[in-house]
Amino acid sequence: MNLRLPFLKHATTFARGIHPAPHKGTLDQPIKRMPFPRKLVLPLAQHIGKPALPLVGIGEEVARGQIIARAEGTLSSPIHAPADGVIEAITPMPVSRGQWSDAIVLRVYEASTQEVRCGQPQDVAAMDHAQLIAAIQEIGMVGLGGATFPSHAKLNVPADKQVHTLIANGCECEPYLTCDYKLMREWPQELIAGIRIAMRASGATRAIIGIEDNKLDALDAIRPHLPEDGSITMRAVATKYPQGAERMLIKSLLDLDLPPGSLPSQLGLVMHNVGTLALLGRLLPAGQGLIERVVTLAGPGIKKPGDYWIPFGATLRSVLEWAGDPDCIEREVILGGPMMGQAAFSLDIPVTKGTSGILVFDKRMLEPITQQSWACIHCGACVNACPMGLNPSQLGMLSAKLEFDEMSEQFHLGDCFECGCCSYVCPSHIPLVQQFRAAKAFLRERKPL
Amino acid sequence: MSMELRASPHLHSGRDVPTIMRHVVYALLPICAFSIWQYGLSAIALITTVTLSCLAAERIANRMSGTVNTLSDWSATITGILLALTLPPAFPLWMGAVAGFAAVWLGKSLFGGLGHNPFNPALVGRAFVQAAFPTAITTWAPAFSPQRFTEFIPSTLTLPFCVPNDISAWVTANMVDGFTGATPLARWKFEQFVYPVEDMITGAAAASTGETSALLLLVCGLYLIARRFMDWRIPVAVVGSAMIMAWGFQMYDPEAFPPMHLALLSGGLMLGALFMATDMATSPVTPMGIWVYGAIIGVVTILIRYFGGLTEGVMYAILFGNAAAPLIDKYLQPKVFGARKK
Repeated sequence: MNLRLPFLKHATTFARGIHPAPHKGTLDQPIKRMPFPRKLVLPLAQHIGKPALPLVGIGEEVARGQIIARAEGTLSSPIHAPADGVIEAITPMPVSRGQWSDAIVLRVYEASTQEVRCGQPQDVAAMDHAQLIAAIQEIGMVGLGGATFPSHAKLNVPADKQVHTLIANGCECEPYLTCDYKLMREWPQELIAGIRIAMRASGATRAIIGIEDNKLDALDAIRPHLPEDGSITMRAVATKYPQGAERMLIKSLLDLDLPPGSLPSQLGLVMHNVGTLALLGRLLPAGQGLIERVVTLAGPGIKKPGDYWIPFGATLRSVLEWAGDPDCIEREVILGGPMMGQAAFSLDIPVTKGTSGILVFDKRMLEPITQQSWACIHCGACVNACPMGLNPSQLGMLSAKLEFDEMSEQFHLGDCFECGCCSYVCPSHIPLVQQFRAAKAFLRERKPL
Repeated sequence: MSMELRASPHLHSGRDVPTIMRHVVYALLPICAFSIWQYGLSAIALITTVTLSCLAAERIANRMSGTVNTLSDWSATITGILLALTLPPAFPLWMGAVAGFAAVWLGKSLFGGLGHNPFNPALVGRAFVQAAFPTAITTWAPAFSPQRFTEFIPSTLTLPFCVPNDISAWVTANMVDGFTGATPLARWKFEQFVYPVEDMITGAAAASTGETSALLLLVCGLYLIARRFMDWRIPVAVVGSAMIMAWGFQMYDPEAFPPMHLALLSGGLMLGALFMATDMATSPVTPMGIWVYGAIIGVVTILIRYFGGLTEGVMYAILFGNAAAPLIDKYLQPKVFGARKK
């Protein structure tokens, strides 16, 4: 229910959604560093778009920060070496999306330091727009919230669109994850610098940082760095899942409904995750490539929970050998948050640009959900949870009958962004989201190209 | 080391079907206790018999269809208790057992069990015995009879497949102040007599086993609403629309139509609105649909009561609402986020 009374001041929010337990355990700890593993596996497609093209050969020595694969075309992103070492192979390796994809395998020199020696500081203010966009692409920046859409492409607003507002998404509504929160707290200056760069690149004249109201100390950390002209403001929004979803945050901050199937630029908006902006503000002036990110390690199967700078290419095996609990035998390893993240099918999967968290759950945690399910009892909990205003109950019944066309044509299957609220609340333990994925995949496969 | 693979989301609220159903049972227990206090042994025997027969019917249906044991989901228990609460306290036990089997078999198992039933099983059972035993279902016994904890109401122990003896002699012998053997609705309909509000709140009026105290029903319903095991919109819509209808008729002709309190506090309206209409499996899921469904039940209840041949209309009104629910859901889909109005 979205009751709005004029005499009450509301924490701004969107309709419906859920309130899962936050499980944000290590809020007071600073971000730490993980030691380099012996081997890094760097997939050439760590972003949406065309895979990068390798610039190095087998046996070649590379330095930390050196570009080792270049962007192919506009919608692509280069890859930099996260550590000093030697190229061992360029071969298909398992990746998080569930298939194998070409990757550069780097054997890390044991003496490799975590100091970055490549890259020249550059004067961002002196660049013109095209140079700025090219420079953002050059450092390999992509959306670190998980979508991994190349940042330069997002910020390079088409000529027919006018962007007036940049939204910095600091909601991090997924339980367990704390990486964005800690970056906001530790790197507020870089965040503001990144926002300024992104505003210039996109043509936005103002920026709003949206932060959930359970992270008010992040607001306090950023406040002293806000410019005096008021071009960058902060807003606390209600703590609710999925507050960090693009449409939900736009609704909460600006009370605008972004119609299904359209991009924020249609409303004159562009949205970036705060983690992306903070790294942009740090790396672009230094001219350094994106080679590592903050990853939240959490869950009962992690011995050293916390947020760590982890180089891209570190395999789950190497991360868990270092931070995992060896007694946790039957486990589920989740890449990303627990609501939308994917279970890893192999420990050889590397941390890539889109990996915001590595969660290790004990199998026993999941048993109550997986063991028994019931028929839909029409309780309507999913309808009251769906932030998109869909009818998951109806969709679930149709998917059981394989009525995929009706799901898509009459019940707006395509508007589902798989946030997981319906499955989370379903008392019958029906895997609704998975049924919708299957239905979408069916429709996609069948569609003639 | 094994890798567990599951589709997202990897978390769950922890709420499951048996939990919801169990809490409904909890909410019904005070109502059972109150009716036992009112009617004594007969109420205990009736509630037990009907509930056990529902459980037996469910188990037999499980065996025959080869499905898993569904007694543990508590839904058959709810059906049994609710059904018992809608029957008159003097109802013969064997007829109660028939009602229980009819409720589970005709109302639920035939359609495939919990979640697949189009009608509220308890009301299907009640409708069955209303048609089968029209006299027994309208034979009312007084509450608070002095010997209620030492002897049964005579008709309770009628031998199976026998017609119960007339209990009017017993009723006269156990006369409690003002009891006439007719429900407030019947007395209004046939005698134009308006029952006092107090009697209908505290349970002194003639009524079915569980519908005598509107106040207690409300409190138990509020528990479920507060714990979010019940959708508050349904009872609000049912009672609200019934109230508006009753008020409208009263304003139109105060002589011909009863005052509002009689419409709201009498008969099964509270029990029906709070515990029957809210049955999840047979009510709509969409926000708009829920309001329309509740309103239909309230309006039809008043129409049956005021213009139909029956004194009581809640049961058929809810069954009517149940029948309309799939259609309501179909035409009143929720508004999709950001979608433009057509």
